[in-house]
Amino acid sequence: MAEVEETLKRIQTHKGVIGTMVVNAEGIPIRTTLDNSTTVQYAGLLHQLTMKARSTVRDIDPQNDLTFLRIRSKKHEIMVAPDKEYLLIVIQNPCE
Amino acid sequence: MEIVYVYIKKRSEFGKQCNFSDRQAELNIDIAPNPELAEQFVERNPVDTGIQCSTSMSEHEANTERFEMETRGVNHIEGGWPKDVNPLELEQTIRFRKKVEKDESYINAITQLGSIMEHCIKQNNAIDIYQEYFDDEDPVEVTEEAPSAKTINVFRDPQEIKRPATHLSWHPDGNRKLAVAYSCLDFQRAPEGMSHDSYIWDLENPNRPEIVLKPSSPLVTLEYNPKDSHVLLGGCYNGQIACWDTRKGSLVAELSTIEFSHRDPVYGTIWLQSKTGTECFSASTDGQVMWWDIRKMSEPTEVVIMDITKKEQLENALGAISLEFESTLPTKFMVGTEQGIVISCNRKAKTSAEKIVCTFAGHHGPIYALQRNPFYPKNFLTVGDWTARIWSEDSRESSIMWTKYHMAYLTDGAWSPVRPAVFFTTKMDGTLDIWDFVFKHCDPALSLKVCDEALFCLRVQDNGGFIACGSKLGTATLLEVSHGLCTLQRNEKNIASSIFERETRREKILEARHREMRLKEKGKAEGKDDDLREEETAVNLEELVAKAEEEFFNVIFAELKKRETEALKKSKPKQPSLEIDQDQEQDQEVEGEDEGEEERDDEETPA
Repeated sequence: MAEVEETLKRIQTHKGVIGTMVVNAEGIPIRTTLDNSTTVQYAGLLHQLTMKARSTVRDIDPQNDLTFLRIRSKKHEIMVAPDKEYLLIVIQNPCE
Repeated sequence: MEIVYVYIKKRSEFGKQCNFSDRQAELNIDIAPNPELAEQFVERNPVDTGIQCSTSMSEHEANTERFEMETRGVNHIEGGWPKDVNPLELEQTIRFRKKVEKDESYINAITQLGSIMEHCIKQNNAIDIYQEYFDDEDPVEVTEEAPSAKTINVFRDPQEIKRPATHLSWHPDGNRKLAVAYSCLDFQRAPEGMSHDSYIWDLENPNRPEIVLKPSSPLVTLEYNPKDSHVLLGGCYNGQIACWDTRKGSLVAELSTIEFSHRDPVYGTIWLQSKTGTECFSASTDGQVMWWDIRKMSEPTEVVIMDITKKEQLENALGAISLEFESTLPTKFMVGTEQGIVISCNRKAKTSAEKIVCTFAGHHGPIYALQRNPFYPKNFLTVGDWTARIWSEDSRESSIMWTKYHMAYLTDGAWSPVRPAVFFTTKMDGTLDIWDFVFKHCDPALSLKVCDEALFCLRVQDNGGFIACGSKLGTATLLEVSHGLCTLQRNEKNIASSIFERETRREKILEARHREMRLKEKGKAEGKDDDLREEETAVNLEELVAKAEEEFFNVIFAELKKRETEALKKSKPKQPSLEIDQDQEQDQEVEGEDEGEEERDDEETPA
């Protein structure tokens, strides 16, 4: 329990991180530093995208699996670490 | 009309119902099998029949009712809470969350994911993987693609008796149309019943010409008026100048009177830049250049005779076969003659004798094309005999750059309007050459075989991307060149101008040197005895002629032999010893040729 807190806090305090959230498979935000509506939006959309990405990777090579998903956009970078049940999503502003 | 069959039926019987009745079966014919016929047949055993072992299927089509589909998304505001949790109740949601957080799998998952995530975050902070390196440099437009050109469309002469396409002109606005002049330039060999018509083609429709122009005599040249896209000027085979207005129809709008027109086919017509946009001038092989105003075509406004001895004798005049006019230099114009001389003239000279400014001699045959470089008007391109030459106005004795002698006669040439170092030439063997002397000097950058028959004319569109060529059988081919050939390369203007300057300087130095040599020889010759000199010159002349002939034939034979050995070499690649010998032979032959050519050149200059 304490490790979880520590980990999340550490992630949040890194340079450039805008927001961190942990979402479960149903789209319920377990832990988030952003407001609810934004979180739910991210959760819903990213969950689908992660599913798609994972199925793509596994279609190409069934023994492969998705470990990480990074979406670089003009304004920031969305990083998604998928798990069976949960998704860890971090939005970072990469320093330039 | 014959009556074939009469069918009579009583009126009262029309519409009567049919009464069918049964009757017993009757045997009409009974043909028994004839065993004698069986003699003519032989039993066949085994019999081959093909059968197909596949599922029999039938195809049916059905049309379903149209099903309308719409793509919609759903925007969730709240996550999928389990049934027992009310999302609006803060307490319940907090309780749920706390429960999840106590779950062991949650803790493990988060720790693991957390470490991966941290790694990536640190990566992002360490270096920007999408950083633009070399941003400050200009994007180097390295056209790595090889120059290429492809045929887009072919416009064939719809007439049965094919005539060569002698001139092409692009529509001035938008370049959607192409005017092609057709005529047979073989002297008095135009076939009977050859049509005089020339066409305007719409690029989208190659099957049928859009407008037909009907002159009384075939058109040798045809030009759109750059100011007014409905007006066209045509030069006829019989020497007249004709003018069309496409809004008025296909018959000639204005025609010059025969008495005052040219006496030979009009080979060059160009519109002039004037306020009224109605002035033009024409040139013909009868040695005259005439200026016209199309509103009054009964006689030319001005006539200049191309007599380079400046005596204005028509008998001495040189036949003009190409005309050049650049709107940036409105008082000057140039005429290319049948004798291979380019005459540069000034229109505004006071006396007619002064109209002819200077001449440039260098070609062995008629100069079929003459054009100033659109970027550097002091340099111009001439195409004639087997070479294309680039001249500078400053260097009058010879051209500053020239191509090698080709195997086929060159018929037309043009500069590219977008790149100062690129020009196009067409040849009698149906090839189109694209030269880029910034890229390569000795060979064309691209040589494309457009058709099997000879190509007679060429026209580049204003954007430099499309070329139209006309062939001997009247087909006009539209080609598109690759992007690299029609975009100005970085630094190209500077490089081209420096090449021109360098070559001009070289020619000037050579000219000065030749002049010195000539003066020296003159000095020597004057010192000798007159008689001796005459005899010597007579003997020398014969000797020179014999020697020249011998060398000429030697060079020809050496060249032929070289080609044969090259051909042999190509067909037998696996004989290295032979190759070495042949190489040596070739080296010797090449040296011999060079020497022969040099000697010939030397002989020509003093003579």
